[in-house]
Amino acid sequence: MKRREFLTIPAAALGGTLLYTLAREPFRLQAQEGNVKIPLRFFTAAEARVIAAACERIFPSDATGPGAKEAGVVIYIDRQLAGPYGADKYRYTKGPFVESVPEHGYQGKENPRETYHQGIAKLGMNFDELPVEEQIQKLQSMEKTHFFQLLRAHTIEGMFSDPMHGGNAGLIGWQLVGYPGPRMSYKEDVDQHFGKEWRPKPAGLEQIMKRPGKPWEDEKV
Amino acid sequence: MTNLKPVDVAIVGGGWTGLAMAKELVSRTSLNVLALERGAPQGLADYAMDMDELDYNIRLRMMQNIAEETVTHRHSSRDAAVPVRQYGSFHPGTGVGGAGEHWTGMCFRFLPSVFTLRTHLTEKHGAARLPVDLAVQDWGVTYDQLEPHYWYAEQMMGVSGKAGNLRGKLIDGGNIFESPRSHEYPTPPLKHSYASYLFEQATLKLGYHPYPTPAANLSENYTNPDGVSRAGCAYCGYCSRFGCMIGAKSQPTNTLMPVLRRHKSFQLRTGSWVHRIVHENGRATGVQFTDANGAEFFQPAETVILASFTLNNNRLLYLSKIGTPYDPAAGKGTLGRHLTHQVEGGIRIFFDKPLNAFMGAGSLGRRISDFDGDNGIAGSGLPNADGLLRYGMLSLNGNGDLPIGAFGAIPPGTTKSNWGAEWKAASLQWHDRAAQLNMYGEHMSYRQNYIDLDPTYTDKFGDPLLRFTLDWTEHEHKQRQFAYDLAAKIAPAMGAKIDPTRPSRAKYNVINYQSTHIQGGVVMGASPDTSVVNPYLQHWDVPNLWVIGASSFPQTASGNPTLTVLATTYWAADALIGKYLKNPGRLV
Repeated sequence: MKRREFLTIPAAALGGTLLYTLAREPFRLQAQEGNVKIPLRFFTAAEARVIAAACERIFPSDATGPGAKEAGVVIYIDRQLAGPYGADKYRYTKGPFVESVPEHGYQGKENPRETYHQGIAKLGMNFDELPVEEQIQKLQSMEKTHFFQLLRAHTIEGMFSDPMHGGNAGLIGWQLVGYPGPRMSYKEDVDQHFGKEWRPKPAGLEQIMKRPGKPWEDEKV
Repeated sequence: MTNLKPVDVAIVGGGWTGLAMAKELVSRTSLNVLALERGAPQGLADYAMDMDELDYNIRLRMMQNIAEETVTHRHSSRDAAVPVRQYGSFHPGTGVGGAGEHWTGMCFRFLPSVFTLRTHLTEKHGAARLPVDLAVQDWGVTYDQLEPHYWYAEQMMGVSGKAGNLRGKLIDGGNIFESPRSHEYPTPPLKHSYASYLFEQATLKLGYHPYPTPAANLSENYTNPDGVSRAGCAYCGYCSRFGCMIGAKSQPTNTLMPVLRRHKSFQLRTGSWVHRIVHENGRATGVQFTDANGAEFFQPAETVILASFTLNNNRLLYLSKIGTPYDPAAGKGTLGRHLTHQVEGGIRIFFDKPLNAFMGAGSLGRRISDFDGDNGIAGSGLPNADGLLRYGMLSLNGNGDLPIGAFGAIPPGTTKSNWGAEWKAASLQWHDRAAQLNMYGEHMSYRQNYIDLDPTYTDKFGDPLLRFTLDWTEHEHKQRQFAYDLAAKIAPAMGAKIDPTRPSRAKYNVINYQSTHIQGGVVMGASPDTSVVNPYLQHWDVPNLWVIGASSFPQTASGNPTLTVLATTYWAADALIGKYLKNPGRLV
């Protein structure tokens, strides 16, 4: 059996409460201390560091607010790849595989797991240690690849999906865009607040429903 | 293969059409009725934990498992087809209720001219001025014949809206261009969102006639004539691609199943995948299916009703070798002809104010039908009106923006890249400031667009997949241009800026979601030379086989098909019960 791999990161890097200064500049309040050790389902720790660095270039943490790092996007991707999606359990994968016109979308044989392994090989195992500018250049040179397109889509998903999927840690993504999360009713509000920002405090599905969710990635492959 | 005890009626498919037909049969006759559904049971209790954009809206957890079966596509008969490997332009549902569980809930009646389109266009323009490849034809049923069935379907669901034409009397605030209705809608319109309010104000100012989108998402608590009570919509925004967790969106499981469960003569068998309609000497003898464990069964039946989605209705007839496959080169044969896919598309508009667009309901919105059918096109004053035979509607839908899908809607050209710091900053700046004006166009049928069996690719059982041969023609490009010009007039009146990218003359693609309104292939009509089923949806060659659903539509209307799918089902049920059962044989 494969040795269990962990991603160890400072707890203070994840989640937190997003506040804004009077000048509308965001800052993140984070009281956590020490390190968190997150068990990985698919990546090795080294692979996870490479992907985390690439996600951080796609959705950086900067003066406009937190990004892929604080949302734990790599944890989200790790779980997606370990689950049925990563194994292409729900994609038509019978051959023959032939190249076709762009209107037919991805026709390749490789499943997302294989695509990521190929992408990581292209990025290089030292990608996370490269200077930021070099990381950006490397990703730019890969923009047209299927791997990069998946990585970009997954980064956005990891930022803004329900936290039960492993990303959007501490609802940091939803705080960033002012999304309140799933709610049972907006009956009294849907036709109010016209032209004014209305941003109720966010909560995740499991918090709202008070029971554990059944994220698809937990389905046995 | 196990032979099962014969039933009076075997229904293939447990979605809107199959269950609506079953309900009519068991409540109006003493027949025993069995519905075979390949998916699993599902309902209200399953939907509470599905308010999850990732699994349901992006990974499409409620859809048919495409790994088991898909379709192939090519643009013309000169090309090689490849499989649709992941869902894109349409989303077939599965399980009890089928796509009727995850649908959006828009409930339109079609215009009278849609049902007599060949006659209508020929009278208006002369046969010589119609495109040579145009295949549209009359349905063999008229709007007036369907009106009572439309009303019956609206009552069953409790459709929310406002009449604009009540028995010929035009009413402000409703759709004055709609087909005449015998009754006001069962429930009043849904509320506004901010953007739908702006759309209404702007289109009124421009002299158009906005009206609330007719919605199967109940605006208030409602009890239907069958005594089924449901709650009004909560505007949670988790509608399209989700099952409704409070039952406010009309779905087969919350409208028809409660009635069917009361009938001992009805049986629903889930996990049952029908592979063939068995027939001999021009009579269907039953269906052959496998259960979830792969065990094979033969279910004998006096009458077979094929009531699955357009794709499977076509495929089962092909696989069972019932009817004559369409040959586009010779213009002969009927099975598979008239493949259409309602022309939908969004044109993005940008505001300088937040829209709070996360609140909404599937069919919340306002729209205009000032140019529906061929109404008003010539006098529209819009470029691209010339030569446009049919257009459709334009709408502003407030179906609830979810955060993954909504992120990154920025005016084109704002940033060089679609990732990185600059893109992130722009996406945050523009967040919740984009909406869409949506076009809904009639898709006329053409000789070259059709369905047959793929020679290469197979499903998980080894049976051939369906093959689509489908591309847009000059007319659909023109419809898109017309929609853009109309949107470009409306956007500034809403205080918004339109995306300056005009629609391109792009070929049909299987990637971008368009709608799940795939229609045709088993079309209805007055002659067996040009249709597969007669005007009562009875198969011309096999009179104890009925094929119901949007597969019977010879061309699409601008409006979404579900209400007409139900109206034609009830129309067929009346013929089956009132005429056929008394004297089984060909009704025409």
